[in-house]
Amino acid sequence: MKESSHFVHKYLRSSKRFPHIWCAGCGIGIFMQALIRVIDKIGYSKDEVVLVSGIGCSSRLPVYVDFNTLHATHGRALTFATGVKLANPRLKVITIMGDGDAASIGGNHLIHAARRNVEIVSFVINNQVYGMTGGQSSPTTPYGLKTTSAPYGNLEAPFDISRLVEAAGAVFVGRTTVYHTPQLERLIEKSLKKDGFSMVEVLAQCVTYSGRWMGLASPVEMMAWQRDNAITVEKAAEMNETELAGKVVIGVLVDRERPIYDKEYGKLAREKLKV
Amino acid sequence: MKSRKQSQVLLQGNEACVRGAIAAGCRFYAGYPITPATEIMEYMARQLPEAGGVCIQMEDEIASMGAIIGASLAGSKSMTATSGPGFSLMQEHIGYACMAEVPCVVVDVMRAGPSTGLPTQAAQGDVMQARWGTHGDHSIIVLAPSSVYEFYELTIQAFNLAERYRTPTILLADEIVGHMREGVSLPPQGELEIENRPRPTVPPEWHVPYGDPGTGVPPMPAFGEGYRYHVTGLHHDVRGYPTTRPDEVQALMRRLFSKISNDFERLQWCDSYFTEDAEMTVIAYGCVARAGLQAVKEARQKGLKVGLVKLKILWPFMRRTITGITESSRVILVPEMNVGQISREVKRVNQGSCEIATLNKIDGTAITPGEILSKIEEVYR
Amino acid sequence: MTRVDIYRGWCKKCGICIAFCPKETLVADKDSVPTITDLESCTGCRLCEMRCPDFAIVVTKDEKQKTKSGSAAG
Repeated sequence: MKESSHFVHKYLRSSKRFPHIWCAGCGIGIFMQALIRVIDKIGYSKDEVVLVSGIGCSSRLPVYVDFNTLHATHGRALTFATGVKLANPRLKVITIMGDGDAASIGGNHLIHAARRNVEIVSFVINNQVYGMTGGQSSPTTPYGLKTTSAPYGNLEAPFDISRLVEAAGAVFVGRTTVYHTPQLERLIEKSLKKDGFSMVEVLAQCVTYSGRWMGLASPVEMMAWQRDNAITVEKAAEMNETELAGKVVIGVLVDRERPIYDKEYGKLAREKLKV
Repeated sequence: MKSRKQSQVLLQGNEACVRGAIAAGCRFYAGYPITPATEIMEYMARQLPEAGGVCIQMEDEIASMGAIIGASLAGSKSMTATSGPGFSLMQEHIGYACMAEVPCVVVDVMRAGPSTGLPTQAAQGDVMQARWGTHGDHSIIVLAPSSVYEFYELTIQAFNLAERYRTPTILLADEIVGHMREGVSLPPQGELEIENRPRPTVPPEWHVPYGDPGTGVPPMPAFGEGYRYHVTGLHHDVRGYPTTRPDEVQALMRRLFSKISNDFERLQWCDSYFTEDAEMTVIAYGCVARAGLQAVKEARQKGLKVGLVKLKILWPFMRRTITGITESSRVILVPEMNVGQISREVKRVNQGSCEIATLNKIDGTAITPGEILSKIEEVYR
Repeated sequence: MTRVDIYRGWCKKCGICIAFCPKETLVADKDSVPTITDLESCTGCRLCEMRCPDFAIVVTKDEKQKTKSGSAAG
């Protein structure tokens, strides 16, 4: 007999009400499923995984999954995660943040976590808007876009979160979209297996707000946009800045080695304990 | 914690705090440099690795507070220390720790404010902020040491209370207590009473993360122990899941208050001096209590029946203790290095049975015994 | 044969699975919920399952089919 329910469902909390709170066609659920698949594939136990999130649409993710889950404060997921990891380095600590969460109110924590290189895997679900509060501009909202807080058009330039985190020192940075689901799973797997601070930026559609602001009326149109505007890192290397304008470069952006804080501290502590 | 004591050591207040924390079982510290609390982080950075713990300098006080909450959830007793400006930044996460019931200790070595204020000078201006600094209704426990030894002792007690009630506990020291050096005799580790958070007594499937076991304090497993549960700053039901149901919100709020208020009788910590026949009582805390004791001694030499009650717990306010004093005294004097944050509480508790006098100093310098004595003589009659 | 379970109770009718099904196996029923009329055409690629934001589709591949052509999942 075939199994009637997929293994993914075994990671969902049956005591939680489903369907989840996200709007129809929201990209966060796609990411959530990809994360569960990869965790299952690698074989982490539910007990060793800690999901830490901030505040916002994407930060509602942890409550639905059967891990140790910590729904922290707006922008501060990485600070909680740092404490969890250092107090118990055996735990696999994963943070889930949104673009406003990670790059605006939590921007300082983001760059310092990358600089410090504590072993935390972070996912920034970038939908280019504040969804939960009703469609205000975020630090990744494109210049000129009209939002509820920029009714005459956004006057600010957006952050490139991946390049920001790269400059701050992250050892692994990847970017993709929820349309590119197989690649999303590959990047999640690579980041989970990487020692040190890693970050994957996941472009995801907010159908209710950013889609509306961009004139993309449905999740299908938004995902088609992701498909049509994504350029692989390899291909992007052969293109100039004008050609790359408005495109999303996807793939592994950084993969390097640097001293890892928690491992260095562990060494230090063992030396001091011997004395 | 009394009995046999070891030989005397000369310690700075901030160092005594670190000794107390480590003796209490603190194994995680996160902080950010700020005068006059920085020494706490510096001592921690040296001593925690030797104790098998972790000390990390974070990017700011918000992060420090977040990190100690994370560490506590992962099973470590944890602490941070700061002064006024950093204490303001920590308020967001102090509220989180109240709501999610995460034991942790926050030390505020008070300096004069508001804002950047007087970084190297003492004040007691954060008493109300310690009580109500974070938004929303909440309970909080605040202790105030007045000597180097008390800083040690109350740090241990702060951990004990934080663990017992699963709540953030604030240690409200001041620049004078933090920076002065005194010879102290620390008790041997074996003689300390150390409390630990209540632990689950049932298998994970039967554990209710935010249920009331009768004490008001739910047992607390650490992440990684098999008790997978959800922690949130949102109002939550007994399973930890977000809720907006009025009955569930009400039940949570009532429990968060009552787990501490049910124990008010146990939380009347003060030291009394010359109070047996006192017609007048000086109520003081922190560094001012030191000057208060000296002033009371001098007043006694002058034949004035004056006593001193030194408050060791500021919040929850010791209503029972203070009521007793208002009933036995003709007049109460509350000297403090603010414009009257505790005297306001004393007035609230006093049901017209005695006169309340105040002595307030807000220039960054300590209140002297002479100043208190003059005020005693003025209001004693 | 591949089996596709569609949980109508969780489906929010976003249309992603239907729009991006490479074989047009999934079609909208009168309520805009995906349904399958020609299961033969399904290659078992799982893209609908992976892209469903609501965990409402489960593709279960026949063991025999899996061993016959491993590339079908690509």
